Order: sequence, then structure tokens, then C-alpha cells
Amino acid sequence: MYATTYHRPTSVDEAAKLASEEAKYLSGGQTLLPTMKQRLAAPSDLIDLRHIDALKGITVEGGNVRIGAACTHSEIATSEAIKGVCPGFTYLAGHIGDPAVRHMGTIGGSIANNDPAADYPSALLALGATIRTNTRSLAAEDFFTGLFETALDEREMVTAVEFTAPDKSGYSKFRNPASRYAMTGVFVCKRSDGSVGVGVAGAGSDGAFRSPDMERALAGDFTPAALENISIDPSGLMSDMHASAEYRANLIKVMGKRAVQQAV
Amino acid sequence: MAEITMTVNGRTVSGTCEDRTLLVQFIRENQGLTGTHVGCDTSQCGACVVHVDGKAVKSCTMLAAQANGSEVTTIEGLASGGELHPVQAAFREHHGLQCGFCTPGMIMTAVDMIRRHDGKLDEHTVRSELDGNICRCTGYHNIVKAILAAAEEMGSGSKVAAE
Repeated sequence: MYATTYHRPTSVDEAAKLASEEAKYLSGGQTLLPTMKQRLAAPSDLIDLRHIDALKGITVEGGNVRIGAACTHSEIATSEAIKGVCPGFTYLAGHIGDPAVRHMGTIGGSIANNDPAADYPSALLALGATIRTNTRSLAAEDFFTGLFETALDEREMVTAVEFTAPDKSGYSKFRNPASRYAMTGVFVCKRSDGSVGVGVAGAGSDGAFRSPDMERALAGDFTPAALENISIDPSGLMSDMHASAEYRANLIKVMGKRAVQQAV
Repeated sequence: MAEITMTVNGRTVSGTCEDRTLLVQFIRENQGLTGTHVGCDTSQCGACVVHVDGKAVKSCTMLAAQANGSEVTTIEGLASGGELHPVQAAFREHHGLQCGFCTPGMIMTAVDMIRRHDGKLDEHTVRSELDGNICRCTGYHNIVKAILAAAEEMGSGSKVAAE
């Protein structure tokens, strides 16, 4: 790791003032620190966001869920309040990385990195979540802009994630057995108006995406069988040493069925 | 440079290190506590697991500066007065180690796991909770056995204490 300077602000404003083109926000650090150790990133300054109260805490009021950006995967996975209204989401958080990684990694850090194999983006797209930052609010659709790319400006930081709990939600992923990242993960949710959201992680060469075909099929019949005749177009899907685009296309269908099966 | 003060195994320690110093380096090189191991250095193997403020974390994936002001427990902090911690004793009893390199991380992970599950563990849970710890010798079987035995021992111990 190249030399860097560590900062520990206690407010969002203080953190934003420290930000610059060469600096990086440090949340749980479970991606950033390994990247720095490989010298693939060399920020001049690290701005630790773990000690800012405004970024912490989970609130669930009725069906409205608000998760502070600095909440860890472990806090989300074990939140009885979220589990009560959106169990698919807590299941997803409880299957990121491993227990030690979940104790440190945060939802804000994960979505700001927008790794194509990260889990949360699929859920936030499917749920139609809102991403709050220190300067504005963005729909998940507008926030995730591509591979490791988001709409965040240089000094901007995610402060919270908000969504309305659906009637049913489920997540299923096929993990790479070595990295534990999703080779394909599918989040499904059914809302009270009957509409359905389907988000796909780990498969798109442009990052997570929604699947309108699967959403339409499930809107009429929210059962695994409804996806039986769906065929997913492999163009636009990743092909790498782990799986071909065709294999991932099939995984989307299989994980989609399992997610529907598990949805509660 | 960072001025670090933290509690390590109940003792307040201070030291100066670079801002980029990893927690595991601070523990091993600055504090001389070499029980915490570095296996992969890529957050995969779990040999470096310690507890920070009561939670198991990979000390190769945390800066010492991030842990400034925290309470850290390492493998050296588990035994009390020459008596092994129940998890350590169970690993010895059930041959939960061969070369021993992964053992500090396995035991720190096991203690955290037993605490989070309130001692109520089954084999499937133990195996999936060991996701972040790699052992190249044992095939995990005796590690799982040791953790289940320790969980039972600790569970029954707390029951006795409660009565």
C-alpha cells in the first residue's frame, strides 16, 4: 500500500470539506483496503466515515425503510425491523462476503463502489429505492451508471438508502466459491399494487440491471413456473473465466425462479 | 504518522505508526503479539481475525488508525490465568488443528460465532459461518466438531451460572 493520510471526521460537512480528487472516502474498507494493498488505488487521503452519527442507524416506519450509509451488512442482516417488512433484503445482506467482512463492510460503501458482482444494487433497482447523498436524492436507476460507476460527484457521499417495503421479497445468488461474489444474483419483489421488480446482480457487463421481461411475466403470476418460458438474451452479459454469457443467462432464470420460490 | 491508543487484551497500549499501517501489523510488529497470523493478506483466509469492539474482523483489512480508540482482543487475550478458553480447550480435545497456522483466526471466529448465536449452533450453521476462514490441513471436520463441543460447553456453563 502506498502512503496515505487518514482522517476521522465526525460530521458530513467536515468529511465533504476534506474531500478532493486525490482523496477517497473510507467506509468499511473491505474493498478499498484490499485494492490499495494491491496498489490498484493510491488515494492521498482516506476520509473515514465510520464515526459520523448522521450516517448511522436503521429506521422502519410502516413500510418505509431508511438505512444509514454507514450501516454494516451485519447490522442490516440482523435487523428485525427490516426483516419484518422486507426479509429478502436482510437475507441478501446476510450472504455478502463472510461474517468478518459483514462486520465491517457497509451498504453506503458497497453501492458507491458499484462492483458489478455486488449484491445490493440488484435489490435497490428492483425495489425502486432512493439513494440520499449529502447534496441530493437519486433514484437507484439514475444512481448506478455502469461498471464501478455511479452518479456521485467527487465530494459527494451516500448518506442513506430508502425504499418502500414490498409485499414479498426474495433473493437468490450463485456465489463464486472462491470470492463469494455473486456470479449471478436475482432479487425479486412484489408490491401491493401487483407490480413486480426484478434486479440482476453479477451478470451484466454494465453492472446490475432490471429485467422487464421477468417483471412482466411475474406480474401476472408470481410463481417460479411463470419464468419457465422466459429466455434471457446473453448479449450484454459478462463472459469471463468464471462463466460465459450464455451460462449467466441461464443462471438468471434459475436464480430468478429460486428467488420467487423463497420470496416471503 | 498516526498516534494510536487502543486497549489490547484489556491493557491500554499506545504506539506510533504510519497511517497506512494495517491493524495486524500494529498488533504483531508494534505490540509483539504474533499469535495473530497473516495468511493470504487478501481478506480471504481469516488467519488474522481478531475482535474489535466485540466483533470479529479481519485485521489485515483494517487500518490501525481505524481501530484507534477501540478495544481489541487477540488470541493471546482468550485464556485466563493459564486456563484455556473453552474454545481453545475444545480445539485441543477434538484435534481441531494440525499445522496450527489458521487456528488463531479459527478460534477468534468461533468465539464470535458462538456469542452471536447464543451458543445455539448446528453443523450446517458452523460450516457456513466458517466461510471466511480457510484451513489447508484438517478438512474442517474436527474444527466443526470442536466448535460444536465448545458451544455446548459454553451454553451449559451459562445455564449453570444462571441457576
